Amino acid sequence: MNSKLRNHLIAAPYTIWMIGFIVIPLVFVVYYAFTNDANAFTLDNVISFFNPIHFKSFVKAFKLAFISTFICIILAYPIALIFRNSKTKKSSFIIYVFILPMWMNGLLRIYAWLTLIEKKGIINLILSALNLPNINIVNTETAIILGMVYDFLPFMILPLYNSLMKIKDDTLNGARDLGANEIQVFTRVILPLSMPGMISGITMVFIPALTTVAISYMLGGGLFLLVGNVIEQEFLTTSNWHLGSGLSFVLIVFIFIVMGITNNFTDKDEEINIV
Amino acid sequence: MKKNLIDLSHISKTFDGDRVIDDFNLTIKENTFVTLLGPSGCGKTTILRIIGGFLKPDMGRVFFDGKDITELPPEKRQLNTVFQKYALFPHMNVEDNIAFGLRIKKKSEDFIKSKIEYALKLVNLEGYGKRDIDALSGGQQQRIAIARAIVNEPKLLLLDEPLGALDLKLRQEMQYELIRLKNELGITFIYVTHDQEEALTMSDTIVVMNQGYIQQMGTPEQIYNEPENAFVATFIGDSNIVSGKMIEDYAVEISGKKFRCIDAGFGKNKAVDIVIRPEDVEILEPNSPKAILHGRMTHVIFKGEMYEMLCVTDDGKEWLVHSTILHEVGKEVGVYVEPYNIQIMNKPTSEDEEAIDPVVYEAEE
Ligand SMILES: Nc1ncnc2c1ncn2[C@@H]1O[C@H](COP(=O)(O)OP(=O)(O)O)[C@@H](O)[C@H]1O
Ligand SMILES: [Mg+2]
Repeated sequence: MNSKLRNHLIAAPYTIWMIGFIVIPLVFVVYYAFTNDANAFTLDNVISFFNPIHFKSFVKAFKLAFISTFICIILAYPIALIFRNSKTKKSSFIIYVFILPMWMNGLLRIYAWLTLIEKKGIINLILSALNLPNINIVNTETAIILGMVYDFLPFMILPLYNSLMKIKDDTLNGARDLGANEIQVFTRVILPLSMPGMISGITMVFIPALTTVAISYMLGGGLFLLVGNVIEQEFLTTSNWHLGSGLSFVLIVFIFIVMGITNNFTDKDEEINIV
Repeated sequence: MKKNLIDLSHISKTFDGDRVIDDFNLTIKENTFVTLLGPSGCGKTTILRIIGGFLKPDMGRVFFDGKDITELPPEKRQLNTVFQKYALFPHMNVEDNIAFGLRIKKKSEDFIKSKIEYALKLVNLEGYGKRDIDALSGGQQQRIAIARAIVNEPKLLLLDEPLGALDLKLRQEMQYELIRLKNELGITFIYVTHDQEEALTMSDTIVVMNQGYIQQMGTPEQIYNEPENAFVATFIGDSNIVSGKMIEDYAVEISGKKFRCIDAGFGKNKAVDIVIRPEDVEILEPNSPKAILHGRMTHVIFKGEMYEMLCVTDDGKEWLVHSTILHEVGKEVGVYVEPYNIQIMNKPTSEDEEAIDPVVYEAEE
């Protein structure tokens, strides 16, 4: 048996899985997207992207995903940097504490978040106990953004931490040696060298945030329709699979564009590196 | 008279409760090539990092050109470092690496360009400016690291085992290149290595270190020919170290026989250590009138440029002998050593010297 054939055989279960659960559904999405109830070819479903309600849901989804990704970068960078610099045994434990939520079901995480920020939630209980004014952010965009940040932050920290860990101490010492102060070391060496990690992080936060259904549904109280919610409704409530597929198709195209842009920035030999 | 460029005064450094450097004092003159030589883990890098500003000593002061720079951060020191592992910037090409220090100092791009060209020429890598760092071999990366340092015209260049990762031939080439650079640029080099041959080849001054202490400082010839203690003698080249007794000035007893020597001032009947280099052990016919000790040959290995042999004398002592003349195993021989080839050392007295165990080093290699 030659080794090529053997490799194919070993990969077979995976290939079948890929075809069954990724390729076939995609084919169905494309089929439904370009047909109507009479199974005739049509562009209406895709063009309905320009329908103001749909268009608004896309714009809103992009806006919230963009903001939450930005906040994730701002929060994750210092955390990752601190972990990189404190090279004790403890820090690898702490980083696991930070990324532990990654292995928890996303819905559960949002429920946890909800119990924190609810009107009668834990945060308000504490605020009341301290005689401070309560916060009321459930069912606002702020709640959705915070939910996204809470949900996806570990996916930003981890790739950033990985790429920062690859920077050798002596590379930084070298920059100091050549006259760079701490700010210059950061802007000229640390930041550019951490770009691959940041790009992975952006991909891993932006795309789930863009397509989320649950976060906007649970924290936005149905008031803020994001594209994911619109598509869900078309499939489940209206049962208009053609329209749902048409919008899904447009969303997939956008995701490919986002990934194309980010891939351009990534090193060829850099892989997304989860744990 | 050369000025003092670096003065280390009573430097101590402790890592995790472990005192790595203890009351270390060293003065380095301008325009010299000084090598810190010692086994791995003896504190060479620590000293270099204290001079470079990457480590703060727990105690003591660092003076540069007469000024106290102990508290000065590395970017404000007029020196540059070539690190043990190259530490080039992987996201920049060769040119941008070399230009880094000059851009920080806001030099004009014209000036930078001419400097890059000059530096690439100096390290024999003309035309490599646009290459990526990972497209360079280890030796080329090392030369770029040197180029990146010298364009800043430092008064002092620190080099931490810069040739350690290179193969023998490249290492020898680079050694000559470094000597050439030192002569062309007239800057002071502090060079760290655990390789005694490298140290002997390149240095004006060698500082032999062990376990954080200076064992001996001197020219390569002094270090090789007149080692001050057993550690230095063993660390620098092969040697026979034997116990003996200083009978009086210019006479020493080795293996119960009297040898003439050129050392004096040790007192009468004083126990001493004696170093004799293997190439200085003369093997004679047993009935030769010059022969002082007698014995027979037990081992012979052909080493290319010479034979390495063992001779056991009548008192049971083993002597390492290097000679271009073969003395076959089993042959009865006489042994003689010229007075000026007998190096007398005091027996270790202090605890510090007691701690010097040459065997530890051999095990590490
Ligand atoms: N950052 C550090 N933390 C703890 N121990 C260190 C550190 N740097 C060096 N050491 C210890 O100090 C001793 C001397 O190290 P070093 O100066 O690197 O030796 P050398 O360069 O001569 O091989 C070694 O025992 C080493 O383990
Ligand atoms: Mg070292």
